[in-house]
Amino acid sequence: MKRLLPFSAITALVVVWFWGAHHQTSGLFPDPLQVLRGLVGLLQRGLLAKYVVASLYRVSWGYLLAVVTAIPVGLLLGWYRRGELALNPLLQLLRPISPLAWIPISILWFGVGDVAAIFLIFLASFLPLAVASMNAVRNVPPTLLRAGRNFGLSNRRILTEVILPASLPQLIVALRISLGVAWLVVVAAEMIAVNSGLGFLIVDARNAGNRYDLVVAGMVMIGLIGLVLDASIRQLEKMKALKWGYGS
Amino acid sequence: MPTKSDAERVLLPLATAAVAILVWALAVRLSQTSVFPSPWKVLLGLRELFGRGVLGPYIGDSLRRVASGYLLALVLGIPAGLALGWHPSLASAFNPVIQMARPISPLAWIPLAILWFGVSEAAPGFLIFLGSFFPIVVATMNGVKSVPSMYLLAGRNFGLSTPRLLARVVFPAALPQILVGLRIALGIAWIVVVAAEMMAVDSGLGYLIIDSRNAGKRYDLVVAGMLLIGIIGLALDTLAQRLERLPNVRWGFQQDTA
Amino acid sequence: MSAPLPSKVSVHGVSMRFPTDGAPIEVLSSVDLSVADGEFVCILGPSGCGKSTLLNIVGGFLRASSGSVLIDGEPVEGPDPRRIFVFQERGVFPWLTVEGNVAFGLFRLSPEERARRIAHYVKLVGLSGFENAYPQELSGGMKQRLEVARALAVNPDVLFLDEPFGALDSITRLVMRSELLRIRRAEKKTILFVTHDIDESVQLADRVVVMSTRPATIRRIVDIDMPHPRDLSSPRYNELRDLLLGEIGLAHKI
Repeated sequence: MKRLLPFSAITALVVVWFWGAHHQTSGLFPDPLQVLRGLVGLLQRGLLAKYVVASLYRVSWGYLLAVVTAIPVGLLLGWYRRGELALNPLLQLLRPISPLAWIPISILWFGVGDVAAIFLIFLASFLPLAVASMNAVRNVPPTLLRAGRNFGLSNRRILTEVILPASLPQLIVALRISLGVAWLVVVAAEMIAVNSGLGFLIVDARNAGNRYDLVVAGMVMIGLIGLVLDASIRQLEKMKALKWGYGS
Repeated sequence: MPTKSDAERVLLPLATAAVAILVWALAVRLSQTSVFPSPWKVLLGLRELFGRGVLGPYIGDSLRRVASGYLLALVLGIPAGLALGWHPSLASAFNPVIQMARPISPLAWIPLAILWFGVSEAAPGFLIFLGSFFPIVVATMNGVKSVPSMYLLAGRNFGLSTPRLLARVVFPAALPQILVGLRIALGIAWIVVVAAEMMAVDSGLGYLIIDSRNAGKRYDLVVAGMLLIGIIGLALDTLAQRLERLPNVRWGFQQDTA
Repeated sequence: MSAPLPSKVSVHGVSMRFPTDGAPIEVLSSVDLSVADGEFVCILGPSGCGKSTLLNIVGGFLRASSGSVLIDGEPVEGPDPRRIFVFQERGVFPWLTVEGNVAFGLFRLSPEERARRIAHYVKLVGLSGFENAYPQELSGGMKQRLEVARALAVNPDVLFLDEPFGALDSITRLVMRSELLRIRRAEKKTILFVTHDIDESVQLADRVVVMSTRPATIRRIVDIDMPHPRDLSSPRYNELRDLLLGEIGLAHKI
């Protein structure tokens, strides 16, 4: 009985969905079967694969760029209190600005296309990662740092041999959350700034003919892929070797 | 590391701001761009917006939309989180739904939102609700799950029924984590409202940005709008942080704020 | 002791098995115990021997694998305000003031009765003046007093204390022990007190129940026939101490 539980809510949802679709006034909202057929249609036309790849391509580039820049920056800022005091307010000011608000500027700088979208994803992932890395450093228990100093480690070695391993669990959590953000943003960016990808699919399907079945199909794909991305990193978190987290 | 004085705490960020503005101004000057605004132009743009009398209303509209979607998310999300945290079976049932819906950007819901609500105020409100709802539910759920069993045992020992237990023990004990979720949700709500306004309505700060570009490449207004968004968002977050710290300060909960 | 009193708490053949990946672990094996009304009984044993498990079963927080527990002739089915558990000062609610905590179980009373009880017990445990303080402003000893006040306020029949002074420093512990005895002189309750501290048991209890190691049974029950206040340097005190030390199997010299 317990194993059936996770499916109960989904089943209930699908049932409500069917009911809602067949009792609507506009006649445009698709029922689950139509969505399924829409998905298959996209698959057959080769568009589904093409769009998924496009979205993943942009996410990967923007996200990876953010990872290799934000983590070192964050670690440094966490280590040098002066650096943090100086730059943190600027970071906090930039954080609430929706990546989409950067669209006009990014189009101005990069034109309409992949680079603009990648820039947006980079922006969206950079800030949370940098802040989280900063905090991870600050949360390393001072006793560990003192032990490092006690054994005569240089600053650089303390960074690599004490701080980095100690903050690794938190960093991985931050990586997962930023990946989620990146995925959210790629969809939004594609709705405006490019002409391929899952976000584009959603806007285009509606504009080019009220194909709401494709709209919802796109949403379902977005949810699924986002779920897979999230689950993959969670696997990383679960690795026993990394379970030395204190105060998970 | 030596302790930092209060002077440094204020001066360093100001110095950074000054440097940033300088670099900005120089970059604009050196690249001889005709479109990207200099800091001074942005300031003038702000003044122009103020003079036109749209600054207040736009900010008000954005805040208003945030309020309606966010409050609805709060009112529905906290009880939902309490229920899910308290009944693990419910949590197992709804978890797949939550995990599937969460990665879908609220903006991906725009076509559906317009279909269901038309181009009205309800559409962005719905999007904001969507964006805020999940963090609140998840944070509340986690708060409930991490209530120390000792409190629950003590509550039962004193003869509290389940509704009383939830209200008088579980909710206060979970409050610090609920407040963290509320703060995160507020940040998300602010981001979503700006994005929603770029697509679905004709007022507000998000609209200001997209309109300034489309209706005449007024990038000075674009950047001015961005600055305002940043400042107000920061103010909202600071407010939320203050509120979040209250239980810690008064009740001595040990919580790590994200 | 003197003439036999009617049994307040009756434990018959209680055993407790915890399931594990392999064979179940038997923590308690056929425990029989009778506690008279108003008696102060210490359950003594090294950490991990199952004494807390026994207390939880008697209090109704755990169900025994076999055997029965009767309080006032009624079987124990679950937690009940008539028998209150006192934890190690971590049980006070941090979001309530001292007054709020003491009032916690009093929601069924009239406001006047509630106020009267709060005032009485705050004074009894020695927290007068701190009514509006939050637990985080109190020391460990004060938090422990608060928890005792909260427990007493609902006028329970039985009090369970599970190593309540374990988190306190040794000087505060001495103070708290005499405070507990003082409070008990004012309001006599049946008390079951779990500890691993031999001195504590001799200083406080009317009877000491010595538990064996796992699977725990009762090794011996020792009557502490010293009147209060107990002289901690008297020969009788040391005799009893040595007796208990011997029961637990420890040498006298380190």
